[in-house]
Amino acid sequence: MGIDRREFIRIAGLSTLLGLGGKGAFELLRPGQVEASMAAKPAAEGVVRWAMVVNMRKMDDDTAKKCAAACHRVHNVPNFAQPKDPKDALPPDIVNRYEVKWIWPEHFHNAFPGEEHPHMPEQMKNLPFLLLCNHCDNPPCVRVCPTKATFRREDGIVNMDMHRCIGCRFCMAGCPFGARSFNWKDPRPYITDTYPGYPTREIGMVEKCTFCAERLAQNMMPACVEASSGALVFGDLNDERSQVRATLKRYFSIRRKVHLGTNPQVYYIV
Amino acid sequence: MDEKYKNEFGAFAPRPQVEKKFYNGKYIFAGLIVFLAMVALPFLPNVGKTIPPPVRQLDTPVIQKIAEKDRQCIMPTEWMRANHMQMLIDWRDNVVRTNEKGAPNGRYFKAPDGQKFLASLTNTCMECHSNKEKFCDQCHNYVAVAPNCWGCHLTEGKKLAEAK
Repeated sequence: MGIDRREFIRIAGLSTLLGLGGKGAFELLRPGQVEASMAAKPAAEGVVRWAMVVNMRKMDDDTAKKCAAACHRVHNVPNFAQPKDPKDALPPDIVNRYEVKWIWPEHFHNAFPGEEHPHMPEQMKNLPFLLLCNHCDNPPCVRVCPTKATFRREDGIVNMDMHRCIGCRFCMAGCPFGARSFNWKDPRPYITDTYPGYPTREIGMVEKCTFCAERLAQNMMPACVEASSGALVFGDLNDERSQVRATLKRYFSIRRKVHLGTNPQVYYIV
Repeated sequence: MDEKYKNEFGAFAPRPQVEKKFYNGKYIFAGLIVFLAMVALPFLPNVGKTIPPPVRQLDTPVIQKIAEKDRQCIMPTEWMRANHMQMLIDWRDNVVRTNEKGAPNGRYFKAPDGQKFLASLTNTCMECHSNKEKFCDQCHNYVAVAPNCWGCHLTEGKKLAEAK
């Protein structure tokens, strides 16, 4: 038998009362921070905090291209415009839409939308600003990932566990910097020079810059920094004597979309 | 049973009179035979056959170079045979999740004899066992498991690729 009118009104009323409790009810049952809260983790003392400084005074088109190429080579990032087999060639609009990138050059008005104005130096407008994952202190991608495939390491690197990525692309929607790419196709036929030191990805995975976590573990600098001939500075932000700290102290620097509160850790010297 | 029963609207109606017999018998039995045949179909080709168990192949260049008595995987063979999948999962967690909870360095595996190995499927395992088809796939096919390592992980390690 179903429920009668009296029973229905009783249940509805009780659920409404519980609902009205709202957050208060949760606070009563489990006080403290909500898991999905906005607050950033406090900076840990005595641990490494990796950060990057992009020195635009030393950056030119050639260097930017070299940095991107070095990164994409050692991470087996596919180039859909260059298939290994001519049979796999894709139409140009698909190539554009399927693009996978970890680090890429962009003009000022794209890198810092809203900050440009018609009277700024002409040369600044055309500089190739190298964009990459900002390894935010308060990364929205980590908050939205339903499988915890993206996580924030204690040294500040926002890393990905590709084994756990289910390709839901929440992180791509969450990231305000467009730092993430989705593998719409199996990338292997589009990796001309396979680098044996790093795995490839499969169709249906999201990928992004990892600050070369695998190279840092072997005490090597990130690939882009090595190829940048001094335009990129990488180091420990918690170490007062590190090169990043010295550079940031010496020059004025800006960061992308700070007002969003993600606290990005890639600094640009303009 | 009553002549009248209560239907879902609470109304009373006479119980419908249905003749008691086996309806649609030929269709049911024909369908059952077809169903059993389809279930049995995958097993029929292998009835009475014995599939020989796989023999592990160790004749790769790297292993051949090692002296006979020193040929030893990073753990005893029997242990590896039973536990290599769990070990690879542990390696994966240690490497990828390093530093998440302040783990010092999970990139190296320490064998019981004290030797350290880089925890890498491509660059450590595949270095010696470069014959994936004969070493990995043969057994995996025999026990009908399909590990999805190879969708991302390359079958040729760094050193092997550089030597070519």
